[in-house]
Amino acid sequence: MPSVSMTVNGKKASGTVEPRTLLVQFLREILGLTGTHVGCDTSQCGACVVHVNGDSVKSCTMLAVQAEGAAVMTIEGLANGDDLHPMQAAFREHHGLQCGFCTPGMVMSAVDLVKHNKSPSDHQIREWLEGNICRCTGYHNIVKAIKAGAEAMAKARP
Amino acid sequence: MSMRMIGDPVRRKEDLRFLTGNGHYTDDINRPGQLYAVFVRSPHAHAELRGVDAKQAKAAPGVVAVYTGADLAAAGIGSLPCGWGVKNKDGSPMAEPPHPVLATGRVRHVGDPVAVVIAATKAEAEEAAELVEVDYKELPAVSSAEAALKQGAPLLFDAAPGNLCYDWHIGDEAPVTAAFAKAAHVTKIDMVNNRLIPNAMEPRAYIGEYDRGTGDYTLHTTSQNPHAIRLLMGAFVLHLPESKLRVVAPDVGGGFGSKIYHYAEEAAVTWAAGKLARPVKWTAERSESFVSDAHGRDHVTHAELALDKDGKFLALKVSTIANLGGYISTFAPAVPTYLYATLLAGTYTTPAIYAEVKAAFTNTVPVDAYRGAGRPEASYVLERIIDRAARELKIDPAELRRRNFIPKNAYPYQTPVALAYDSGDYFTTLDMALKAADYAGFEQRRAEAKQRGKLRGIGLATYIEACGVAPSAVAGALGARAGLYEVGEIRVNPTGSVTVFTGTHSHGQGHETTFAQLVSERLGVPIELVDVVHGDSAKTPFGMGTYGSRSLPVGGSALVKALDKVEAKGKKIAAHLLEAAEADIEFKDGKFTVAGTDKSKSFGEIAFAAYVPHNYPLDVLEPGLDETAYYDPKNFTFPSGAHIAEVEIDSDTGTVELKRFTAADDFGRIVNPMIVDGQVHGGLAQGIGQALFEECRYDAESGQLLTGSYMDYRMPRAADLPFFEVSTHGTLCTHNPLGVKGCGEAGAIGSPGAVMNAVVNALMPLGIHDLQMPATAERVWQAIKGAAKRAA
Repeated sequence: MPSVSMTVNGKKASGTVEPRTLLVQFLREILGLTGTHVGCDTSQCGACVVHVNGDSVKSCTMLAVQAEGAAVMTIEGLANGDDLHPMQAAFREHHGLQCGFCTPGMVMSAVDLVKHNKSPSDHQIREWLEGNICRCTGYHNIVKAIKAGAEAMAKARP
Repeated sequence: MSMRMIGDPVRRKEDLRFLTGNGHYTDDINRPGQLYAVFVRSPHAHAELRGVDAKQAKAAPGVVAVYTGADLAAAGIGSLPCGWGVKNKDGSPMAEPPHPVLATGRVRHVGDPVAVVIAATKAEAEEAAELVEVDYKELPAVSSAEAALKQGAPLLFDAAPGNLCYDWHIGDEAPVTAAFAKAAHVTKIDMVNNRLIPNAMEPRAYIGEYDRGTGDYTLHTTSQNPHAIRLLMGAFVLHLPESKLRVVAPDVGGGFGSKIYHYAEEAAVTWAAGKLARPVKWTAERSESFVSDAHGRDHVTHAELALDKDGKFLALKVSTIANLGGYISTFAPAVPTYLYATLLAGTYTTPAIYAEVKAAFTNTVPVDAYRGAGRPEASYVLERIIDRAARELKIDPAELRRRNFIPKNAYPYQTPVALAYDSGDYFTTLDMALKAADYAGFEQRRAEAKQRGKLRGIGLATYIEACGVAPSAVAGALGARAGLYEVGEIRVNPTGSVTVFTGTHSHGQGHETTFAQLVSERLGVPIELVDVVHGDSAKTPFGMGTYGSRSLPVGGSALVKALDKVEAKGKKIAAHLLEAAEADIEFKDGKFTVAGTDKSKSFGEIAFAAYVPHNYPLDVLEPGLDETAYYDPKNFTFPSGAHIAEVEIDSDTGTVELKRFTAADDFGRIVNPMIVDGQVHGGLAQGIGQALFEECRYDAESGQLLTGSYMDYRMPRAADLPFFEVSTHGTLCTHNPLGVKGCGEAGAIGSPGAVMNAVVNALMPLGIHDLQMPATAERVWQAIKGAAKRAA
């Protein structure tokens, strides 16, 4: 079986995987990083979004071996110690989560949006979330949270 | 220090773990030595099951065991039980055929499990499952309830002739017939309430465990009601005493009803764990969820409304056919009966109502309660027929509703369909919604849209729901086989922090915050020192879980009763310590004070004295400060409100765009307005999803599910929805201590009718007066083309 090494949340991580092992399986089952979730089997729901070399990726669409040498960030790596990332804090402040299952993917996706678009409009946020499904919130507070999170991120890193 | 908490938008305590990836959902949990289960499921909607050959699968790498229905039957495993029995019109019981954990003899829907393969890894179990050879003899299938009740339809169960589960009715038919005979106007409508798939984002997952040393079983489950699962699975299926079975529902990623029921896979993994003396885990693939999670709705209804010349409702008669699927799910029989037809008075004074409901078995996934459960179906019938009547009588739809509202001074109000409303104020919520939606300015917006080539429409719906189901004795008389009380325990710890145990279960609702607010305000303990525990049968007393918007009305009321006991005992302790009469002790803002003096003891001092009783009235009072209370509701609660939708339709493509949605809801007292608004938003999205996008479809011939993934089943996405304009009005519930009514389902109840009334309102200029849900672009386009052809 192939072995794979990458950097996950700033730390070296390696393991033996099957060629068919998905990145999300490697993260959840081998590294025990269960914050990344699996909500479907057709790459539609976005609960598994992580960052690979800085870009948001559905970790169910990528083999673990494809992430060889990559820098991966999961929801567990987003906060700075006990200080929430501004996007995480905005989700809490604006009640952008209920059951919490889609939340890691939403937050990781939102952070990537702001990387591409520092000041997204409500419409742009809704369009960006095309690949993230939430069944609890009706998206209302998620959109508000992402807008506020983007503003907070702009202030934090001028 | 004022500790006012009730009414504040307190940010949620549970969010930190969810936002940092530290939640504990069932699939996040792994046990040493754990095996993996994969279920072999029927690819046919209806077939004779002539044999299951697992020889090759058993020999496959990693496989530890393969079990079939025959193995389970030989082990004496029982049928999955039904928790609510409904009677036929003649008083005879409904047909109640068995629902085996793994099919024997016959499969009755695509996805019906026939065997379970257990292996060292999930991949090995999946590969071996492919090797299980099942000998099916295909039978003709039927997927629609109407077709199933027709003569000559394929029969699912010998014990249910004509595929009829029950033929039930409610109300007095004679006065309805008489009212129709003298009516100035009769409006008729035929409606389909489309079948939905709940789609909580977390797929179902279970881990069964067995401890050889003690003989104890543990099940971790994605359940809304772990105690109910322990009772149903222990007593009826696996025949285990509750004392040997612990059921834990940790963080659960949404439920919406679909995680209430006791499912076959729960029983299979728990039993297999005992048989193999190793943990057995199963997690549904989403495509399995589509064919095994209970579905919702699926009604076909004909309704008639009799009105006098002024538009007063004289009588309503409703005839509904409900699809139950291939087996009876846990609470399925109650949904199209006691949770549906009892709501047909709605917010109106209709003096005579008669409804009959036939429930049919079909070769589809079982149908059970889904967000709103019966009440959205009732509201939809009423609000669509009333809108049609308003059009026919040329009365403004808001005005027609107002003429028929139950007056503010008429409570308690007895409806002709069993329920007695304790309180309500439909005029105010309607006025709030009309104002917020700028109803008066609509025609201008319609004209403006027309200039852009768009058809704009507005639609409204009012609703009432019955929440916090129900006095146990009443529910029992109507066929419930369980109690419907709730339990709360307030455990004050020696140094003054508080652990709250509730029998309800949060899977997104925020109980850890809302219940902590109640306790914090009452005891004057900072909310950081109040922790809420739920979801573990080994920790919390026997409670009934969360469904039917019951957590705060019923579970919160139990907590208030327990808090009363804590305060009463605290006063006794304080009286002793302060050398005063108990009657003179006042408790406020976390302090016990002798009335009219400055002598006081803090709550923390009283707690400490209770557990370190050096100076304590031990001869008359037990140590400790830990109180439990059970609360059985005195009545349902009756949230109500008015919803208004505004849509624009592109007549070239049929695309419906929801431009605005306004909701004014009456939930009684509100503990956390932020959480309440969030519950409304989520309910609205599900109701709007039903009206515009979502539809579970089966092929009529083969019974194959045609909408079995997120590529075919159209979930609402962020870009489909606008921001919602929500507001609340607070007419207090009169019979629970908090005056609360429940808010979890309201959004899904009022919105489908409002949206469809708006769609029909937009299409009216083209001569289109009706349309079935969901109003997809294709369906609207077809309607527009049809109207054009008729006009030509």
